[in-house]
Amino acid sequence: MSQTKPYRVSHLDALEAESVFVMREVMAEFERPVLLFSGGKDSIVMLRLAEKAFAPARIPFPVMHVDTGHNFPEVLEYRDTRVAELGLNLVIASVQEAIDSGLVRELPDGTRNRIQTPVLLAAVEKYRFDALFGGARRDEEKARAKERMFSFRDEFGQWDPKNQRPELWSLYNGRHHPGESIRVFPLSNWTELDVWHYIAKERIALPSIYYAHDREVVERAGMFYAVNEFIVPRDGETVETRRVRYRTVGDASQTAAVLSEADTVDKVIDEVAATRITERGATRGDDKVSEAAMEDRKREGYF
Amino acid sequence: MSQAVLEPDEATARPMDLLRFATAGSVDDGKSTLIGRLLYDTKTIFADQLEAVEAVSAARGDEYTNLALLTDGLRAEREQGITIDVAYRYFATPRRKFIIADTPGHIQYTRNMVTGASTADLALILVDARKGLVEQSRRHAFLTSLLRVPHLVLCVNKMDLVDWDRGVYEKIADEFTSFAAKLDAPDLTVIPISALDGDNIASRSEKSPWYEGPSLLHHLEHVHIASDRNLVDVRFPVQYVIRPQSKDVTDYRGYAGQVASGVLKPGDDVMVLPSGMTSKIAAIDTADGPVDEAFPPMSVTVRLTDEIDISRGDMICRPNNAPAVAQDVEAMICWMDETAPLRVGAKYTIKHTTRTARTVVRGLQYRLDVNTLHRDEDAPQLGLNEIGRVKLRTTVPLLADEYRRNRTTGGFILIDESSNRTVGAGMIIEAQ
Repeated sequence: MSQTKPYRVSHLDALEAESVFVMREVMAEFERPVLLFSGGKDSIVMLRLAEKAFAPARIPFPVMHVDTGHNFPEVLEYRDTRVAELGLNLVIASVQEAIDSGLVRELPDGTRNRIQTPVLLAAVEKYRFDALFGGARRDEEKARAKERMFSFRDEFGQWDPKNQRPELWSLYNGRHHPGESIRVFPLSNWTELDVWHYIAKERIALPSIYYAHDREVVERAGMFYAVNEFIVPRDGETVETRRVRYRTVGDASQTAAVLSEADTVDKVIDEVAATRITERGATRGDDKVSEAAMEDRKREGYF
Repeated sequence: MSQAVLEPDEATARPMDLLRFATAGSVDDGKSTLIGRLLYDTKTIFADQLEAVEAVSAARGDEYTNLALLTDGLRAEREQGITIDVAYRYFATPRRKFIIADTPGHIQYTRNMVTGASTADLALILVDARKGLVEQSRRHAFLTSLLRVPHLVLCVNKMDLVDWDRGVYEKIADEFTSFAAKLDAPDLTVIPISALDGDNIASRSEKSPWYEGPSLLHHLEHVHIASDRNLVDVRFPVQYVIRPQSKDVTDYRGYAGQVASGVLKPGDDVMVLPSGMTSKIAAIDTADGPVDEAFPPMSVTVRLTDEIDISRGDMICRPNNAPAVAQDVEAMICWMDETAPLRVGAKYTIKHTTRTARTVVRGLQYRLDVNTLHRDEDAPQLGLNEIGRVKLRTTVPLLADEYRRNRTTGGFILIDESSNRTVGAGMIIEAQ
């Protein structure tokens, strides 16, 4: 908590104080919280906030990674390092195992974003988690702009946007019946730029793919996809080495990189401040499906 | 290498503060256009968002790009062309970060407006210059004052359609100012604008040389909010007790919470409610180290010099300045449930600061007509979006202040005990 002059707090300190408050509320009122940790920057910031909320004690809940099996190796390595440093219990909900056991079926196009949902819900049921911290922000997408900080889910994990609990002052209603749960979004009021400013202020380490590096990519529909085991160049596509970074980190088969020279946190902040395209719009093939892609997935129980 | 720690430069640490404001208006007074304009002028709208909105507008045959589509995110909203819920939007200037709680004017307006106003530093009300004040403008002003939003801005919009007539503006401004005075309304600013053309939004317009006040954005950036916080009454609701179970940290017992009001310092004499036990603050901890003082809205961990039994829901205050310890509470309640009304004799769960209890409605003194401010003392119940003065009795004492003095220790919610829905919002008038 830095102060510039008496009784003033910066916007980052105010956001941090709100997020810390929300995390403590959950710990005080729920029996089995879990934090969804993908190794993406938002979940990394959320984990730092959890560290701060309960210091000098350890983070008092496990973290869960819904693992599509389509990963960036740098991100998996980061996840494991961080979990070990903090002495956390990591639960992995594996989409590949769910495919192998017949819980879900691989989609014809091989993408796994949508089939994460049943895997997530099965893990919630198995471990009886009653509160799930997610790193979603309201500035990301317009269905999310209308979701509560404490978002009620019924026993099927469904979000009902027309039937949300009013949320007043800082009085969060987390009451639920057995089998129901609450998704909690401590970063609701943060923007992409706030997240980057906080990463700079707190000197938070990130997986290296968030900074500019040379990578072999193919261009598809104006987006740059890394050539790897999931993305194989199609006929007519040329593989080029470009200087890129990732603005978001999701399923490696669907997340595109952006052309960038930003190899430091300050350069990233300058770039984010100047960019004219939203981060999901620039990098997520899965969000381009329809106007209501996110709303539909959230109704099914998505993050 | 998979990790990289990078050094921030000085510029990234530049302090900006945070202003939360709520907007209210009806369908066609230009609220969405105004928000779109603010986002556009502060370079917050992204190219892909604008393209998507343009494409949808064109497909629907709209004559102009419908900026409301930027905020209306749900399928039902786009299909029906209405706004269902409070939407939160964000923008920033070098001085401030802004959070807009954009509340629809027509559907569930009271519930949504009360929700948006509960956390707002400022409320922005729009009127159409051609129509002047309408019933809804008065209703919005009333709700703003009920929720004790400290700053109120009236934007007289569509000034271009009345040829920037000074008389039109002044008539509306005068009428609203005298109405606001009756409400005990806070700091009021009236600004003539054209949201469509961007006049008096980001900068002062040449079209209104007779207007000597600030542009809207200038006002939002400079309105003084630091002194809105109550820095006098020390109120620290205990949220969670931190007791590390590890070999590295032994005998640590800290009380975590967010400062509701007042300034706490190590060495201060404190009293803990409801027990009334006294002690001193030994230290105020944060994850970044101890601090010399804590004030709203900081989240900190307080340690005391004495080992006394404190748990969630207790309140740390000063021996000579304490909230009421009260089981009988009178409050204004805004009812938010469509499935059943508030009735005398009914029981609910009440959540007040970090304390949760049960409560029974002992009496409904009157229901307030938010348009006329008429008090109906014979009203048998409060229906959805109705507001009334209610007497409650709680199972355990609340540690409460009047809402007008303290929005955090004076506000509460009511929860239905069977459905768990949030059914009411309350503002304490008297607690004993």
